[in-house]
Amino acid sequence: MKIIASDKQPAWIVYRALVGVGLVCALMIVSVFLLTLSAIEKNRSEALAQAIFTVLPGANTKLAFALTGGEHFVVADANTDASDAEAVIHAGYGAHGQLIGVAIEAQGMGYQDTIRILYGYIPDRQVIAGMQVLESKETPGLGSKIETDKSFLKNFSQLDVSLTAEGSAIKNAIVAVKPGQKTEPWEIDGITGATISSKAVAGILRASTRRWIPLVQRHLQVFHAAGEAHSDS
Amino acid sequence: MQPEKPIVIRKEVVRRGSADEFLKGLWRENPVFVQVLGMCPVLAVTNSAINALTMGLATAFVLLLSNLLVSCLRHYIPPQVRIATFILIIATFVTVVDYLIQAISLEIHKSLGAFISLIVVNCLILGRAEAFASRNSIGRSLLDALGMGAGFTFALLCMGGVREILGGGTLFGVALFADNYQPWVVMILPSGGFFTLGAWLLLFNRIKQRQQRKQPRLQARLQEMGSEQ
Repeated sequence: MKIIASDKQPAWIVYRALVGVGLVCALMIVSVFLLTLSAIEKNRSEALAQAIFTVLPGANTKLAFALTGGEHFVVADANTDASDAEAVIHAGYGAHGQLIGVAIEAQGMGYQDTIRILYGYIPDRQVIAGMQVLESKETPGLGSKIETDKSFLKNFSQLDVSLTAEGSAIKNAIVAVKPGQKTEPWEIDGITGATISSKAVAGILRASTRRWIPLVQRHLQVFHAAGEAHSDS
Repeated sequence: MQPEKPIVIRKEVVRRGSADEFLKGLWRENPVFVQVLGMCPVLAVTNSAINALTMGLATAFVLLLSNLLVSCLRHYIPPQVRIATFILIIATFVTVVDYLIQAISLEIHKSLGAFISLIVVNCLILGRAEAFASRNSIGRSLLDALGMGAGFTFALLCMGGVREILGGGTLFGVALFADNYQPWVVMILPSGGFFTLGAWLLLFNRIKQRQQRKQPRLQARLQEMGSEQ
């Protein structure tokens, strides 16, 4: 109280306060960061693994692949630089190491903020077999239905993304239609009250499948081979 | 009798004082319903009871620890740099809470979004550091923080509970009504936050008015009793 009351402070008292408090705070932040780091990383990888197995029904092991040079997939391990998240995709394998499908992360603008989703592509049938929203800040109760609405999520259990004969493009681009008006296997029934958000999900999928599906289909052999090698070892 | 009486009264005042330090934040000086502080989280994250509870607890935790540290260091912080130091302390504890919530549940962290980081600028916390912790002992500062934190959490729960029940038909995710209940979606939207806050403020002010009207009558009764003795 005595110090606070006086107006003339020697400079070192001011320094002492700022540097001292700064040091204490730095120490606290760094120690809590280090203490919680393993738990946070565990939570993150668990959430991702759970999402991968949800969008690829039947898969129970996974391998991450990094896209290098825009054209080649290599198995990503701890040494691979994974700073660009969209350039890493995950292949899911069944009990005997057979390839079930590929889980791909995609993102785009929603109604309020970026929506990040994960979808599972099944190369055998050329369909999307599942979609999960990883991150969205859509309006609770309205736009957030893209995460919870059962009939909307059912759209993604059998969504057609088959390629043209030469395999360079998607035959029919994914589109969102008004609720209940889906007639074609590549259409998505929208949600009443979440028109913009459901259209945004369709748009994100359309853009991402256009880029990734032909690429994955061209390099299927890499994913098959990695799965067999993984199950042998 | 005259010389003894003031001593008795003083003792009573002091004893009631420390309990009062806690209770004032809970009710008489409730940070949300009476002081109307920290409206950003009050309106934004109270769309469900669990979000409200987590936000309330996170804020109370930051408030408690920053009040503790500010009170401990109050003799070493010169007034010229007090705001900078308080903000530094508060920001540190907010970062700590942010990591802790991420470690406990990513799901909750996801639903609170940017609002955890915004605890730094919650005027309730800086207000208590400046107006109370920097001038009072550690014990009293802790009691003050506990009371204010509990009051803030209580207010957020009042908001989140009402909004979740009316807007979603659930409380803490448990369905309360039959399937044919049509939720008032507007209550979960930002406008619903204003409606709910308005209703609670109305209720609190009504209660306060009634208490104030009773106060003079109570004092008059006490005086009557005193004169009878």
